[in-house]
Amino acid sequence: MSAAAPVALAVMDDAGFVIGSYAVTAVALLALVVATLRRARRLAPLVRDEDKPWT
Amino acid sequence: MSGRATGRAGLVRAVASRDLRAEARGRVVTNQIVPFAGLVMVTFAFALDREDVLSRAAGGLLWLATTFSLFVLVQRAFALETADRALDALRVAGVDLGRVYLGKSIALMVQLFALECVLVPVAVVLYRVRLDAPGAVLLVTCMVSATAGLAFVGTLYGGLTVGGAGRETLLPLLVLPVVAPVLIAATRATESALRSGGAAVSEGWAWVGLLAVFAAAFGIAGTLAFGPLVDE
Amino acid sequence: MQSTGTGTTRGLGLLAIVALAWVVVGGLVATPRDVVQGESVRIMYVHVPTAWVAYLAFVVTAVASAGFLRGRSRSLGFDRVAGASAEVGVLFMGLTLVTGSLWGRLTWGEFWQWDPRLTTTAFLFVTYVGYLAVRGLDGAPEQRARRAAVVALLAVLEIPLVHFSVVLWRSLHQRASVLDPGGDVRMDGLMLFTLFVGVVAFTALYAWLVLHRSRVAALAELAGRGELARAVAARRAEAGA
Repeated sequence: MSAAAPVALAVMDDAGFVIGSYAVTAVALLALVVATLRRARRLAPLVRDEDKPWT
Repeated sequence: MSGRATGRAGLVRAVASRDLRAEARGRVVTNQIVPFAGLVMVTFAFALDREDVLSRAAGGLLWLATTFSLFVLVQRAFALETADRALDALRVAGVDLGRVYLGKSIALMVQLFALECVLVPVAVVLYRVRLDAPGAVLLVTCMVSATAGLAFVGTLYGGLTVGGAGRETLLPLLVLPVVAPVLIAATRATESALRSGGAAVSEGWAWVGLLAVFAAAFGIAGTLAFGPLVDE
Repeated sequence: MQSTGTGTTRGLGLLAIVALAWVVVGGLVATPRDVVQGESVRIMYVHVPTAWVAYLAFVVTAVASAGFLRGRSRSLGFDRVAGASAEVGVLFMGLTLVTGSLWGRLTWGEFWQWDPRLTTTAFLFVTYVGYLAVRGLDGAPEQRARRAAVVALLAVLEIPLVHFSVVLWRSLHQRASVLDPGGDVRMDGLMLFTLFVGVVAFTALYAWLVLHRSRVAALAELAGRGELARAVAARRAEAGA
């Protein structure tokens, strides 16, 4: 029992860091995506479609 | 500016001597910046506390103090420009801004080198380091090439960050990453010269080589980039 | 009324979502733990792609800046791409440093090592931040674009010099067991595949973000001009009436 507990703790730490990495990355990128789309939605009505170079 | 500013070197010399004469009149370097740098060197002793650590770090501390002083010197060099709008006048006249850049860089180099000549004895005294003949030759060469690199970079970004709300604070942020190689190389070369931590003088010369390459690279890049960078 | 999305961005977005889903499933569950590194290798599936994208973004900014300066017409489109790439790049660079730091804590027990690759990455990050600050300075659009472009190209000169100096510097501090930050990973097929999928996923996401953000920048500029034109017309109407 006493040998298993530290091992279990070590795996927990590892998992915490690993999941933490994925979580931080996901949150940061999602935030940028959402912010970009919101800004686009806000600005798009202000310009005529003919003026937009990608349409 | 004095007459005979003809030919390629003429403008460079004219700008450099104008800046240096402004310093001779205003004495800002001697009255303000040298004391500031000396104070920084003393403050390091408070922060680091142990004398053996100070001796070993002497090279690095010297160049840190120099780099901090660089920011103040650059602000000063371009404050002159905004004060009498000389840069704008030159720009409008269609003058080659690359030569203005070289002139200002040379003036900055002279002032910075003078500052370092004061800081080296201060370091020898405060941090208890020794300097012998081979070390001195290495140290002087290191100072010349490092100062050139610092001055070239400082003048280049100085033109960009002067004169306007929230611009001056940008100077350290832009300059420090760029002059990191100078800090690394100059510190190692100085440590060799001062024999801190058993570094051999021959190793120091290799670092001086890197300093020379850096100075050449940014001297050329700056001459080309200064005009486009500051053109309004 | 069209927003900034087109067929290209929808395709990229779809690719990114699918590939990212694979990375999460593969990285966290399906792939085995590494013989040497244990579970910490899973962070690599995120860390390596973000590092790759960060460097790609830096290159794109540099190329777009050069394109802007060389083009006779000085098309601001290049400038917008350079800016968008740097904005996205700085985020990916930050993520690279964070994930790398977490990986380092697990593998070496330290959050940071003074090795050349990490140190240069940190410098690259700060340089990006400085570039974005320069973009924020006031001035006419062409002037701001030219300034930013020059600063970006100076960064291309600076970064290799910094890296070289740091390599020389750290070579003075040789240690008995030199720990390579990449780790001595013998990856099996599935692990390598997940890594490649990760690279594809993040690159697609990067491209999606850069396209949208540069279009948003174009919209902002056009909207600003439109506003100006309307204000001028309103003044004229007042004066005429």
